[in-house]
Amino acid sequence: MDVEILSRLQFAVTIAFHYIYPPLSIGLGVFMVITEGMYLKTKDKFYEQMTKFWVKVFALTFAIGVATGIVMEFEFGTNWATYSRFVGDVFGSALAAEGIFAFFLESGFLAVLVFGWDKVGPKMHFFSTLMVALGSMFSAIWIVVANSWMQTPAGYHIVGEGLNARAEITDFWAMVFNPSSVDRLLHTISGCWLAGAFLVISVASYYLLKDKHIRFAKSSIKIALVMALIASLFQLFTGHQSAVGVAKNQPAKLAAMEAVFNDQTNAPLYLFGWVNEDNQEVKFGIAIPSMLSYLIGWDANTKVTGLNSFPEDERPPVNIVFQAYHLMVAIGFMLIAISVLGVFLWWKGTLFKHRWLLWVFVFSVLLPQIANQVGWITAEVGRQPWIVYGLMKTSEGLSKAVQAGQVWYSLIMFTLIYIGLFILFIYLLNNKIQHGPEEADLIPSEIGHPKA
Amino acid sequence: MEFTFDLNTIWFILIGLLLTGYAILDGFDLGIGALHLLVKKDIDRRIMLNSIGPVWDGNEVWLVTGGGALFAAFPHVYATVFSGFYNAIIMLLFMLIFRAVAIEFRSKRPMKWWRQMWDFAFSVASILIAFLMGVALGNIITGIPLDANKEYIGTFWNMINPYTVLVGITTVALFMMHGSIYGVLKTEGELNQRLKGWVNNSIIFFVICYVTTTMATLIYFPNMAKHFKDFPPLFALALINMLAIANIPREIHHGREFMAFLSSAASIASLLALFAVGIFPNIVLSNPNPEFSLTIYNAASSQKTLTIMLIIAAIGVPFVLAYTISIYWIFRGKVKLTNMSY
Repeated sequence: MDVEILSRLQFAVTIAFHYIYPPLSIGLGVFMVITEGMYLKTKDKFYEQMTKFWVKVFALTFAIGVATGIVMEFEFGTNWATYSRFVGDVFGSALAAEGIFAFFLESGFLAVLVFGWDKVGPKMHFFSTLMVALGSMFSAIWIVVANSWMQTPAGYHIVGEGLNARAEITDFWAMVFNPSSVDRLLHTISGCWLAGAFLVISVASYYLLKDKHIRFAKSSIKIALVMALIASLFQLFTGHQSAVGVAKNQPAKLAAMEAVFNDQTNAPLYLFGWVNEDNQEVKFGIAIPSMLSYLIGWDANTKVTGLNSFPEDERPPVNIVFQAYHLMVAIGFMLIAISVLGVFLWWKGTLFKHRWLLWVFVFSVLLPQIANQVGWITAEVGRQPWIVYGLMKTSEGLSKAVQAGQVWYSLIMFTLIYIGLFILFIYLLNNKIQHGPEEADLIPSEIGHPKA
Repeated sequence: MEFTFDLNTIWFILIGLLLTGYAILDGFDLGIGALHLLVKKDIDRRIMLNSIGPVWDGNEVWLVTGGGALFAAFPHVYATVFSGFYNAIIMLLFMLIFRAVAIEFRSKRPMKWWRQMWDFAFSVASILIAFLMGVALGNIITGIPLDANKEYIGTFWNMINPYTVLVGITTVALFMMHGSIYGVLKTEGELNQRLKGWVNNSIIFFVICYVTTTMATLIYFPNMAKHFKDFPPLFALALINMLAIANIPREIHHGREFMAFLSSAASIASLLALFAVGIFPNIVLSNPNPEFSLTIYNAASSQKTLTIMLIIAAIGVPFVLAYTISIYWIFRGKVKLTNMSY
């Protein structure tokens, strides 16, 4: 294998592993703000104890998120040096903003969130929780802005030629609000909310099935279900917006998502299928006629550009993108169904009476995680062969000073270390879950909060 | 040399300040890590860990932000150094992961072997991180082989030579000294007394390394002293550096631990300032072809980007300083173990 495929694999492995954690942090962050907010409002110790439990889970995911996140930041330089030279001028201000506005905020206040229960009053602690949650979202904003710029570059001009060509910024706000950033940001953030909400739902349902921590579990599920319902419905809307954007700005990606080979109106929307790229056909597929054209233009006569309208070396791999995209959409609808059903049964008063539903809840934690992963696969593989859409190919972005042997070594090491890290994470998460919330905190005490 | 105070120079200084902030803050927690195995009792090791518990993560963010700022302000330096030093950077990343994981996981199980394993990982990773960073700084002083396209054309072994190893060891010594002083600040009783002893030993260790490195630099890399000859008032930096180091044992002797820590921080800051003056206006010296060096001009982003970033920094930095100081204030005083501790 050559440096290109090895570097791509390494980036894929490290980013996919990293991306298990930030969505959990972002989602749990929102959840903790809600529960601690309820504590401040009701003064009911129960909500404080609930927050404390989720803070411990949060701290675990956050630590791994940071450790694996530093890798991402350095990897642009180690493996994609030519790309870094090309985009540094544009991409740099987003990264710098992320460091200054997001990282310092979340990591600073994390100290108070985790270790500061006895050091500051309840209001200051709540403020810290809020800042950590905000910080993690700021971080998402700048990363998605930078990534969106790679999908739909704007606010730049090209200076120099050949080896010395690079993109320089001309309009900061046009770069920040490039054509895809808002849709993709909202879509990403709701994916994060779903990851957090379903982790809560899963753990709490497990407690109910084991007949443990009943009040804690029921209350956690209800709060998380509301989050899940809002986020999953919002996901439908932002997903639609994103797809319309892709149709407009990255037609080759849309064509791959739905396996459209020839330009056509009345393009169908596949529910599933298997793409044979050589024969340019979809096998075993079921499609809704004209639906794709209708969805992207509210009109069945909307023309969809097919892959054959692009030079052969500018088409993304079709089947991977097709499968990833359809899996994401399918899971999206499943999450809506689960959330709606949950809220409906809650309204009927029988939410906690169906053991099968609780089992569904327990395993539901995997769904948003898978959807987040395949969603990003759709976005990133669908952008290929470009590293910056229309401006620079992935093969041109590599580090010239790096040899295949070096990347082999680092790829194998990363893979091994991350497998170990994942096992440790599951082990420790399971420990925290088995240990459960501190019931002792629920016993009313005369002393109360030290600084309350 | 003509000196113009332009945007490029400002960003050279700002990134220098970010890395100085990183060295002062993560320096003490790397130092605590380097000393960790010398502490034998589990309870004492927990106190050591918890002295940095709430802040190490935030300290590391200075490195992340420094890296981001380097990418943004001097993309060619970021690209050349990170790809050229591939193996070293990857090793650094592994060590940063091990260290974070070790801190986080050590306390999670009570078994002796579990804790010893993570103690070892934590300490070795801390030492290697400091060492690798020192080696990197050493390479900036010696210069590295670059071609006309700003690409590194050496191998991994080009980076390792007696001089760069010496700078690496000096960095470990510096952080040990800094960490031991921080330890004194955060501990009580018997552990506190032992750490005070280590402060003295580590100062001696550091001063020996420091003098050797300085002599080696002046003999082999006289270009580092050029600006000092051209503009003698810069020698004040060297003087501040010496006074700051000499002041540490005095403050410790008088029991003014916080002043000793500030003094140690001042010595780190002045050392890095000496380094920065020495290399200016190069960021990465090309050796043997100095005309291919990466300077604050040929490696920089456009004036527009530097301006935007300056605005971002002007808005963000006051907040960062305000809550960094608040958080250190909240966690001031001696370590007390609670049920949320490591």
